[in-house]
Amino acid sequence: MIAYVTRLALVSSLQMLAITVLAFAVIHLAPGEPIVLQQELQATQSPQQKQTLRELYGLDKPLHVQYWTWLNRLVRVDLGRSFSPDGLPVWEKIRERIPVTLSLNLAEVCLIYLTAVPLGVFAAVRRHTLFDRLTTVFVFIGFATPDFWLALLLMILFGVQLGWLPISGLRSLNWEYLAPAAQLWDLASHLILPIFIGAFGGLAGLSRFMRGSMLEVIRQDYIRTAQAKGLPERVVVYKHALRNALLPIVTILGLSLPGLIGGSVIVESVFAIPGMGQLAVQSVFARDYPVVMGLLTIGAGLTLLGNRLADVCYGIVDPRIRVTRRSD
Amino acid sequence: MAPARFFPRWLPAGLLAAALAGCGGEAPSAEAPRTVTGPPAHGDTIVEASIGDISGLIPNITSDGASHSVGNLIYDGLVRADRDLSLTGELAESWEISKDERTITFHLKSGVRWHDGAPFTARDVEFTYRYMRDPKTPTAYAEDFLQVASTEVVDPSTFRVRYEKPYAPALLSWALWVLPAHLLEEPWRRGVDLRTTPQNRHPIGTGPFRFQEWKAQEKVVLLASPDYHRGRPYLDRVLLRIIPDSATIFLELKARNVDMAGLTPLQFRRQTDYPAFTRSFEKYRYLSNSYAYLGFNLKDPRFADRRVRRALAHAIDRREIIEGVLLGLAQEAVGPYKPGTWWYTDEVQTFPYDPDRAKELLGEAGWRDRDGDGVLERDGKPFRFTIRTNQGNSVRIQTAEIIQRRLKAIGIDVNIHVVEWAAFINTFIRKRDFEAIILGWGLGLDPDQYEIWHSSKTGPDQLNHISYGNPEVDQLLENGRRTFNQERRKAIYREFQRVLAEDQPVVFLYVPDALTAVSSRIQGIEPAPAGLAWNFIRWYVPRELQRYTR
Repeated sequence: MIAYVTRLALVSSLQMLAITVLAFAVIHLAPGEPIVLQQELQATQSPQQKQTLRELYGLDKPLHVQYWTWLNRLVRVDLGRSFSPDGLPVWEKIRERIPVTLSLNLAEVCLIYLTAVPLGVFAAVRRHTLFDRLTTVFVFIGFATPDFWLALLLMILFGVQLGWLPISGLRSLNWEYLAPAAQLWDLASHLILPIFIGAFGGLAGLSRFMRGSMLEVIRQDYIRTAQAKGLPERVVVYKHALRNALLPIVTILGLSLPGLIGGSVIVESVFAIPGMGQLAVQSVFARDYPVVMGLLTIGAGLTLLGNRLADVCYGIVDPRIRVTRRSD
Repeated sequence: MAPARFFPRWLPAGLLAAALAGCGGEAPSAEAPRTVTGPPAHGDTIVEASIGDISGLIPNITSDGASHSVGNLIYDGLVRADRDLSLTGELAESWEISKDERTITFHLKSGVRWHDGAPFTARDVEFTYRYMRDPKTPTAYAEDFLQVASTEVVDPSTFRVRYEKPYAPALLSWALWVLPAHLLEEPWRRGVDLRTTPQNRHPIGTGPFRFQEWKAQEKVVLLASPDYHRGRPYLDRVLLRIIPDSATIFLELKARNVDMAGLTPLQFRRQTDYPAFTRSFEKYRYLSNSYAYLGFNLKDPRFADRRVRRALAHAIDRREIIEGVLLGLAQEAVGPYKPGTWWYTDEVQTFPYDPDRAKELLGEAGWRDRDGDGVLERDGKPFRFTIRTNQGNSVRIQTAEIIQRRLKAIGIDVNIHVVEWAAFINTFIRKRDFEAIILGWGLGLDPDQYEIWHSSKTGPDQLNHISYGNPEVDQLLENGRRTFNQERRKAIYREFQRVLAEDQPVVFLYVPDALTAVSSRIQGIEPAPAGLAWNFIRWYVPRELQRYTR
């Protein structure tokens, strides 16, 4: 077991290293440099002065040297400082965004699973009924609707016309002066639309997946056996079939780990939510290399972690996988 | 949306336009009718929306519009632009220019204090100047200060600056935001990057508003400074909301959650004319400080020929672009200046839309359609080129499409290539790897445009990217900088505009209107050549209309 874990750790760190090398190369291959956005076409700056600034940021050095410097810092758990005029440490920039994105995404994931699973199960159990057809239509509409468009429509309806919900942002302007309960409601009311929009698209995919998985399980012999035993349909579906059909869904949940901190750019921009998605896009446009690298590293780390967790979970759930691992 | 104080003399209008946001509004319940007015009163909050977050609170090292707007409210300069764009004192009570026009002596206002109570003195000005000059300072505005030969703190309220040669843009350059020496000089001397100091997060200035709070990507809050030296601002609070989507800004404006925002031509003309909106908002329209142009790479032999450039100028219908793309909310540009400034003239050669004349000129230059395929040729090569412009500016892209169609009509085959901004600048502009571009220039408060048109400024990181060179223009640009005498400068810059118009190094297209909606409860707004916000500290909400009481 120790050997297995050691090997896993070794492989993971090598993968991690390869990812950062690739990422570093790719973002530096994109044309443009951070200095450009700060100074190009902006008043007057002598070429010498520009060169000085490039040296200041270490951009005059060959790429492998820059990477080495970055890696050295990373080993000391330092992601460096942003190139933008706020000059903040990258970690601090990321840290102030994580809570918002994480809570938004957690709420979205809960909503998706709580709705998609029953929806999928019902659709599978009542295959070819009106309910199944209706959910199919609903799901395809969900797939096809651009979320920024739906978001704007809902904002016009609930925010401008009816005035029931705030249009954008996280908090009202007078938030500081509200009572704690009112603050909570204020925050929640700001999140209703973004969470709904965020969940809408995901819901479609997952409920289809659930339906498929359920249909497959229902065809199995042991379900027929259970039915033959004269068990009530309710027990057959919800005890025997659902448990097995949920396995692949649980795996998807594990793999959505990195997604939890990667915000949706569209939802965050339209609703003016200061999250990770906006940070990522803006740092790419500004060619703020330290921030981009920081985000990529954390994202890659979580993806690897999610994969490993999934591996381990498979092992726990299905003994056959564990055995194969040991013998190879 | 803050007073025009320190303006970098050239801004890429691309970034400016990207910062423009939309707005409009259906108010569920109508606000007080606009006829209600009252005496000026202190209080209330103005909520503004910005499409981009500020990037820092030391504006001297930022280059985005949002940071400059906020910086203008927190900091002061020695001088500022008044309603008619003339310079007036801010931290300076007065100034003298020596006879040889090489020395400026500023007499500073006495009794001005920083927001933390420390007195403001000439040492602060001296420090700011040294910081701007420091090669390690990541600022785009060093050039003006590199022209300075020496400075002198004569006494705490007198600051003197000498130049090698008379340098006319100098005076305006002292509209620069003055930074607090008592907080920053010591760390700066120790070599600390000032971006990492508390000043960049919780700035101390001398301006009309004090810094209260900055929540990244969410909001910036400023509070009126009660002892501001030009008088306490009427509005108690300025709240800048960061809303990265222009459609959302427009909805927030319609719902009256935002008090002031820019409008697109479409929103201005077609989406804000219903009663609920006009009751709640006042719409303002005035010429912006920028112009758009079609520029050529003059190293390309086809465009080096003046007859070709003139032909293209005749082939493009500016009226059609203004009506079709900007819905009439712009003026035709005849040169690189904004109409209404003291140096502007329209008594120059113009190139009205005349496709026959265009064809004639191209014929003179040897371009004829010899094989009858509808495209002109010379020496067997068809006249074909690509217009490049930046992504995210639909006005420019549509302008390119109209130009493409008009040039096709006279036998020139045009492609359009739209590129993301950073890549556009680095790959095409910086390397001079383009045939034609559609871009804009932001205009400052001084007619000096040496950096843009002088033949010595064609290097890779310099601004004369079309590689224009004309000895006559060079001479005029040099002369224009070397005197403070307004009459003499006026003559020089009029001549400059005349030569430029004849030469058509670029086809000047249009000067767009700035379009803004402001809540009608806010009063005291006086649109002027300097724009809207020049008297921002005098804006007020009458007591009975005040909305945010705490």
